[in-house]
Amino acid sequence: MIDDFLVRALIAGVVIALAAAPLGCLIVWRRMAYFGDATGHAGLLGVALGLAFGLPMMVGVVVLAAAMAFMVSYATRRGDYGVDTVLGVFAHSALAIGLVAAALLPGVRLNLTETLLGDILSVSWSDIALIAVGSAGIVAVMAWRWRTLLNGTLSPELLVAEGGSLMRDRLTFTLTLALFVALAMNLVGVLLITAMLILPAASARPMARSPEQMVAIAAGIGIVAVGAGLQFSWITDAPAGPSIVVMSSIAFILSNFWKLLRN
Amino acid sequence: MALVTAKGVEVRVGNKRLLHDVDLRIEAGEIVTVIGPNGAGKSTLLKAIIGAVPIGSGRIDKRAGLKIGYTPQKIQLEKTMPISVGRFLSLAGSFSKGARSEVLDKTDVIRLRDAQMTDLSGGEFQRVLLARALLRKPDLLILDEPTQGLDQPAEARFYRLLAEVRKETGAAVLMVSHDLHVVMAQSDQVVCLNGHVCCSGAPAQVSVDPSYKELFGVRAELALYEHNHDHSHDHSHDHGEHSHD
Repeated sequence: MIDDFLVRALIAGVVIALAAAPLGCLIVWRRMAYFGDATGHAGLLGVALGLAFGLPMMVGVVVLAAAMAFMVSYATRRGDYGVDTVLGVFAHSALAIGLVAAALLPGVRLNLTETLLGDILSVSWSDIALIAVGSAGIVAVMAWRWRTLLNGTLSPELLVAEGGSLMRDRLTFTLTLALFVALAMNLVGVLLITAMLILPAASARPMARSPEQMVAIAAGIGIVAVGAGLQFSWITDAPAGPSIVVMSSIAFILSNFWKLLRN
Repeated sequence: MALVTAKGVEVRVGNKRLLHDVDLRIEAGEIVTVIGPNGAGKSTLLKAIIGAVPIGSGRIDKRAGLKIGYTPQKIQLEKTMPISVGRFLSLAGSFSKGARSEVLDKTDVIRLRDAQMTDLSGGEFQRVLLARALLRKPDLLILDEPTQGLDQPAEARFYRLLAEVRKETGAAVLMVSHDLHVVMAQSDQVVCLNGHVCCSGAPAQVSVDPSYKELFGVRAELALYEHNHDHSHDHSHDHGEHSHD
């Protein structure tokens, strides 16, 4: 018999993997892996501030992650530094500030390991309900604005020339990413959020012939990684979040190996 | 009324002033070519006209209901996005399959419909971009360095295609180009840009302008020579070289 907490972890993981697939593909296509890091790390500060001000954790995380995303896109557009430098500065600053704030702010007590690496095994049914609603929201917005998001990825200028709005494209992408960070933080922790996003997407690339196919395959890989990772964690007692990511890494290696063999 | 009228346009990004005091007028059906050194703001001007770059001061007026077909200088088509030519075209909006086939046929890339965009050659890629721009049946085609990175034959084929398309649709063309000899031979109006408009007007007029010669030096003399050269051979050029690719 499988334990109840494993079932909950599995459901939560599968739901998050579904929301991660379209977002992760967009991040890979837009070369924004570091952007995911910066947004994820800002989530830590969000948790600390949320706790300090007695707000629900989700609110703090969404607000901080979104603020970070907007600051980053402003700073990278100014062009004073290379994009990689700006993102590195923001991502690591956010992480450090979050850790310092968690230590200094009164009334904030964070389990550091849990915050950084997540604790998917302690997810409750009400957490799952929240994650399910949030993920459904992300998937719905992605589906609704999919064509615009693809055009904005291919060429922002072309998007505008064809009557689209760059502002709306950025807003859609940024806010859904912030929401994802807030949802996934408890499960895999701030350090591994980007991994949840980009590893399945990157693994799906060699097998896909269309953007939608890549999303579908990424979702499949994400789900398998969640299942295999939890099982691995159950058997070996290794931490669950990192185990899931390890499974995604294996998928990445296998899919690229497969591509190598095929050529 | 002119399709596009720009007056005193200034564009700033951060602390940098990319364009200032730019005036431009595009009439229906004419070919306007923007030339200038790297970093002169050519692409920026095109982006300002399509509305992808905000202008600091000045104004850009477009004729009401003006339909623009745009081809960007580059597309972030990393090897990471799998997408076929057909799907790329379908992203342009709700155009029928028939309409999509028609433009692919017109730009001679219909056989590539199922090919992946990343597998295309430079010339094929530009033709696909042009096909997408043509889908909207534009009054004005805005092409940002459409022949960049093409070898000579591919470049010649692209300009021939563009001439055909224009003959068929009567669309005006605003493009950035480095191919001075083609510019001089085919444009109605040349705009020489270097942060501001150094000189503009008919090719013959621009080619004798001191600021043009200053910007392009030896190449300018060469282009003028080729300009005359092209004219005398215009007819042999247009015929008989069609179905090479």
